[in-house]
Amino acid sequence: MAESRKFTTFPASASIQVPPRFKRPTAIHTALVLGTIMVSIHAFHGTELGTMTVIELLEMPGNIGRLLGEMFPPSLATLPKIWPAVLQTLQMCLVGTVLGIACSIPLGFFAAKNLTPGRLPYFLSRSLLSLCRTIPDMVWAILFVIIVGLGPLAGMLTLLMDTLGFAGRFFAEAFEEVETEPHEALASIGATASGSFFSVTLPSAMPTCINTSLFSLERAVQSSVVLGLVGAGGIGMLLEEPMTWHQYQQATTVIITIFILLVAVEQASALLRKHVLN
Amino acid sequence: MNNLAFTTAEVFADCLENTAVNAPFETARAVATAAVADIEVTGLTKTFGGSVQVLRDIHFSIPSGQAVALIGHNGSGKSTLLRCCLRLIEPSAGTINLLNRPFSNLSGKALRNLRSQVGFIFQRHNLVPRLSALTNVLHGVQARKKGPFTWFHWMAAQKDREEAMLQLERVGLAHLALRRVNQLSGGESQRVAIARALMQQPKMVMADEPAASLDPVAGEEVMQLFLRCIKEEGLTLLFVSHNLEHALRYADRVIGLRGGKLELDAPASTLNLASLRKIYG
Repeated sequence: MAESRKFTTFPASASIQVPPRFKRPTAIHTALVLGTIMVSIHAFHGTELGTMTVIELLEMPGNIGRLLGEMFPPSLATLPKIWPAVLQTLQMCLVGTVLGIACSIPLGFFAAKNLTPGRLPYFLSRSLLSLCRTIPDMVWAILFVIIVGLGPLAGMLTLLMDTLGFAGRFFAEAFEEVETEPHEALASIGATASGSFFSVTLPSAMPTCINTSLFSLERAVQSSVVLGLVGAGGIGMLLEEPMTWHQYQQATTVIITIFILLVAVEQASALLRKHVLN
Repeated sequence: MNNLAFTTAEVFADCLENTAVNAPFETARAVATAAVADIEVTGLTKTFGGSVQVLRDIHFSIPSGQAVALIGHNGSGKSTLLRCCLRLIEPSAGTINLLNRPFSNLSGKALRNLRSQVGFIFQRHNLVPRLSALTNVLHGVQARKKGPFTWFHWMAAQKDREEAMLQLERVGLAHLALRRVNQLSGGESQRVAIARALMQQPKMVMADEPAASLDPVAGEEVMQLFLRCIKEEGLTLLFVSHNLEHALRYADRVIGLRGGKLELDAPASTLNLASLRKIYG
């Protein structure tokens, strides 16, 4: 018969103080919680969700059904225009992403604390990256449409700026995270700063750079759909007309194509990532 | 001075007129400076953060072709001293003459040129993990050449690729030339680091506990290989080791640090394990 296991028991001691489960909230905590609740209620009203009537809520499923009825079956009339638009989208995304990544590497170098040659280049590169990132795609697209006119060039330039802001920051952070030991070894060999960067920093940061680059390409394809709506080229331009004239069956064909395109790019990117990183 | 100095002083008692306390230290220094010194360190001091003094007034020199072991307990300043010798850490005070040239005030290209003539083996190998053994060895050629043709093996000149392969052959790893170093064992990685240092065609080698991260068998193999290569090339050697047997077996001379001060400097032939252990006391 197995012996029952004995556990050590500790007698209750007056000297042991169990800490309370919760701390009593301070006045600042209470004010912060109340303030957050009030702001949320105000925002709820701002979206008109709070002012919707029950009748309006009940009408919603009907509206969705009616829209779906008008969307299906998809129209085949748009098909001849689809392939050139898909091709243009891919070209625009590929060139914009590749140029954006090419510019991100030197900018990332200057924006990395451990590599930058001085405070001024660091400040300027960080500011440029922030600017590219904070201005929305749509604003860049409108600006480039004004500067270079309607078409894929404006879209490509927009995607370049978008990639630059996104990839530049990630590259800088990847460069900063590279181990210092191999750098020390190259310094002891008498390597130059560029030798050390290309021999140590870039190869070590390569997995992050490849991941970021492929993700930038995926983002570019997603963004290109919206850019077309303001005339910056790509498949999004095909959506503008049917949506304006309520030709939902034609719009459905474009939306399904965009969905297939996005899934295909995402899958290709995942495959490529797996192949390259292994 | 400590008991150790007194013990070693006894060995030198017949030939010395100085007090027994400083005798071995002075004798070793005199022997070292009499020949052409590959490295001469005078009054080297290193202070971190303005108050933590890691090295205090270190003096020593190593004549060409001599193998010197640097011992001392953890935190005694061995690795800092080694890095200060190559100015990978900037000394707070003192002067260094490296390969018969003043090294303390050099900067830029002149500093890089002089550094490139000294191979440095690190405790943790300090290789680029994602690159192949061949590319890592080829990086050693940056001591002599600059530019894109030294960054990756597939961009390098055929002559340099062949030389890198010869160095890998020398350390017994030619068959793993294209293997990423993060897929190699600790012993294999250290062999790659040795090949990289030899690729520099250095005049002197410094090694910071080259066998410390390895198991006893691999450590012994690496040390024997390392010393064989150094002897073949006739290089001057300064190596840090916690393994006192290694220090006695492979060094011509032993330098001991305690609390950042040089407390022992004597020929290895005059020392034994018991006397070396006293530096850790």
